[in-house]
Amino acid sequence: MTLSNPVPPGEGDGTDADLAVESATVAATARSPWYFRLPVVSHLRRSVGLQRGMLITGVVLVVGLLLTALFAPLLAPYGFAATGVDGVKFGGQQPPSAEHLLGTTVTGFDVLSRVIWGTRTAVAVMVCAVIASLFLGVALGLLSGYVGGWLDRVLVMLADAIYAFPSLLLAIVMSIVISGGQSGAWGGIMAAAISITVVFVPQYFRVIRAEVVRLKAEPFVEAAKVIGTGHRRIMGTHLLRNSTRTLPLIFTLNSSEAILTLAALGFLGFGIEPTSASEWGYDLNRAMSDATSGIWWTGLFPGLAIVAAVLGVTLVGESINDLNDPRLRTRRKRSRAQRKKVTA
Amino acid sequence: MTGTQSTPRLEITDLDIHFATDGGDVHAVDGVSVSVAPGEILAIVGESGSGKSVTARSILGLLPETAEDSGAILVSGTDVVGLSGKRLRALRGEDVSMIFQEPSSAMNPVFPIWWQLGEGLKAHRPKITRKEIRAEAIAALESVGIPDPAERIDRYPHEFSGGQKQRIMIAMALALGAELIVADEPTTALDVTVQAEILELLRDVRDRFGTSVIIITHNMGVVADLADSVAVMYRGSIIERAGVKELFASPREEYTRKLLAAVPHLGRNSAWTALSREQQQVIEDAAPVVVAKDLVIEYPGRLGRAPFRAVKGVDFQIRAGEVYGLVGESGSGKTTIGRTIAGLERATGGSLQVLGHEMNGVREKDFKPVRRRIGFVFQDPATSFNPHLTIEECIAEPLIVHEPRQSAGDRSRQVRTLLESVELPASYATRYPHELSGGQRQRISLARALVLEPELLIADEPTSALDVSVQATVLELFRELQARLGFAALFISHDLAVVDSLAHRIGVLLRGELVEDGHGPDVLQRPQHEYTRKLIASLPVPDPVEQATRREAFQREWGAGATG
Repeated sequence: MTLSNPVPPGEGDGTDADLAVESATVAATARSPWYFRLPVVSHLRRSVGLQRGMLITGVVLVVGLLLTALFAPLLAPYGFAATGVDGVKFGGQQPPSAEHLLGTTVTGFDVLSRVIWGTRTAVAVMVCAVIASLFLGVALGLLSGYVGGWLDRVLVMLADAIYAFPSLLLAIVMSIVISGGQSGAWGGIMAAAISITVVFVPQYFRVIRAEVVRLKAEPFVEAAKVIGTGHRRIMGTHLLRNSTRTLPLIFTLNSSEAILTLAALGFLGFGIEPTSASEWGYDLNRAMSDATSGIWWTGLFPGLAIVAAVLGVTLVGESINDLNDPRLRTRRKRSRAQRKKVTA
Repeated sequence: MTGTQSTPRLEITDLDIHFATDGGDVHAVDGVSVSVAPGEILAIVGESGSGKSVTARSILGLLPETAEDSGAILVSGTDVVGLSGKRLRALRGEDVSMIFQEPSSAMNPVFPIWWQLGEGLKAHRPKITRKEIRAEAIAALESVGIPDPAERIDRYPHEFSGGQKQRIMIAMALALGAELIVADEPTTALDVTVQAEILELLRDVRDRFGTSVIIITHNMGVVADLADSVAVMYRGSIIERAGVKELFASPREEYTRKLLAAVPHLGRNSAWTALSREQQQVIEDAAPVVVAKDLVIEYPGRLGRAPFRAVKGVDFQIRAGEVYGLVGESGSGKTTIGRTIAGLERATGGSLQVLGHEMNGVREKDFKPVRRRIGFVFQDPATSFNPHLTIEECIAEPLIVHEPRQSAGDRSRQVRTLLESVELPASYATRYPHELSGGQRQRISLARALVLEPELLIADEPTSALDVSVQATVLELFRELQARLGFAALFISHDLAVVDSLAHRIGVLLRGELVEDGHGPDVLQRPQHEYTRKLIASLPVPDPVEQATRREAFQREWGAGATG
């Protein structure tokens, strides 16, 4: 009998010790408090060197953006639509001074206040657009990938058709349809958010669908089918949780694109009325003629705000992507002492 | 080359390799010293994770960026450790070459064969002309026994079979005059009859050109067939190095002994002969749970093309309590049959009765209640579990689906008893699949398949992804559970020795047709069909002396037809 060996190797001796080590590390990760296991926090703890620098820069910028948006009424010296205080006009195109740290615009708004209030609009659009497209895209992608057949073909074709539109043109059309081009704060934000949603849904749809199509052929999904698991349970338990790995990345990258689209809409004059909300793109538009006459402060600061916001969100997204991929992740080199110990 | 006949072609001294990982530093290779003489075939054996592949790759400087090596690897007098760029590239190909496990992914699919060979030639002789490349390519293909090389060098990789592709890989190594070939599991992806041919070719190459070969494998039959000497690796170091006959006859280390004992040996312990006469009679008289009559399974072809017929009119029966072993090469339709019985594929012709239900034209709604009476074990334990569910949730899935009214406590208790019956501690219930080893995961897979106490179990190559020693324990468990629970089973495998040790009845499939069907000893000792005889003859046994006589017999009957 070849198979009657009493203690087979591998399972018996070698792997036991391995498993002891393994289970110890597993226990260690399980013991670490929940807040260390949150997406960005866990990434931060795993990162080293340049990747850590990039992630920290991104996180600082994003946290700055969110805090500014939250505390805008406290931080901003004036309202976003204020052209004067106590009946005294600020005056147009004033250079930076003690009263107006970043100067005033041609219409007499305080630039610093406009930039700070603008974060609120940016964050609102970002959140609305990304959440709407996230839910819609994931649901459609899951359904399309799992059901397949003609439904899949029609949805893919639709997604491709949307890809073919220039996204900005689509956004302009949307904003005209929704609010007639110009509008109040929430009308404008929703117009921008919905137009961005329409542009982004195909991205989420594509990613989730591709992942679901791949997962559908995996043995664990087939195992569920053999057991007799229903379609809804297969989609919810087995496919959804495994197909959303790449979402944080698209999520962050799309957030920055949302800010850019909003700014572009405002710049082209399809944004929000300056009296209903502050918006960086609109301010840039108004600053165009100033640039040629040497008035730099009206255009520079809204522009910088856009750059900082987009940069922060993109850095977080890119770093998370690199850290999630074991091939891209840089690791701590062995310390010199350790190396000596080995050679000795 | 600088080395003379007396100096070893490869000399590794005190090789240490570390990997930087998330979990800290991993010491993959720990002080390995080994040398290979000209014309020697050295087999490195060991379990997965023993560092055998890493050692071999370091000879060509093919380690990933996260690895750090120290020590000395002298290839024909040049130290490879720390060598970089141009000098390493000059060494690769001319002095040492590598053959990979998967020949289909080792070649660029968009270029013809002569171009693939020419790329290596051009790298070492920049002035070579296209005409010369083609002439060399023809000569190289001829030397590895590819028929019509002049015409076939213009073909593309996908037009060759797996065995031929592996031949071309060997031809590439030879074309550059490599004196040392490192072959990393060169026959693992190939069928057993093709494997015999490739092993014959490697032996022939060594005899003709005096090439040294390092072959990495976990198949002890291959070792017995090909190697001159063997190095056993365990946890990063070589624990035993001996001549092949010496090692198989009198292994020194305990580990080597266990490793050899775990290898299933064809014909040594047939499952059918292990049964008493009464038990045999009980199985013979039992009612069939699966009856296939002229079963045809087709995959729809593309528009305008005939459908692909994977199974062409197969008849067989699986009786209650019987283990039916289905053997065949890749593409013979054995997996398709298993999947059809489980309702994952559709039968397109003939009749297939599973537990009294006709599968030809069955509707999913009607078949669903039958599913709880069928268990399925998949080939790859790494992918057959949802990585987001704990072991308990994985095993409980069939209970949740089929017995939704069961309380969570009962369910948990049932899972824990089942874990114990597959010999795993109940504490594993809260772990995740990736925290277990391959063998443990396959036990979990068995547990999941058996949780509803099915009447029929389908096991699709359940041990082919496992190490030999782990395979032995999983098979033992399977045998014990089958004897205790008495379910009928369809056991699909490409390994005759495994099937024989487990199955009461064996069916041999060849290109969709069942060419042989009978009890284990009948099939193995009195094979009726030519193909069955070839299959048995080409299976290497883990005993160098016996294998040498078997090889001669194989050569006499089927000849060295493939080798030029």
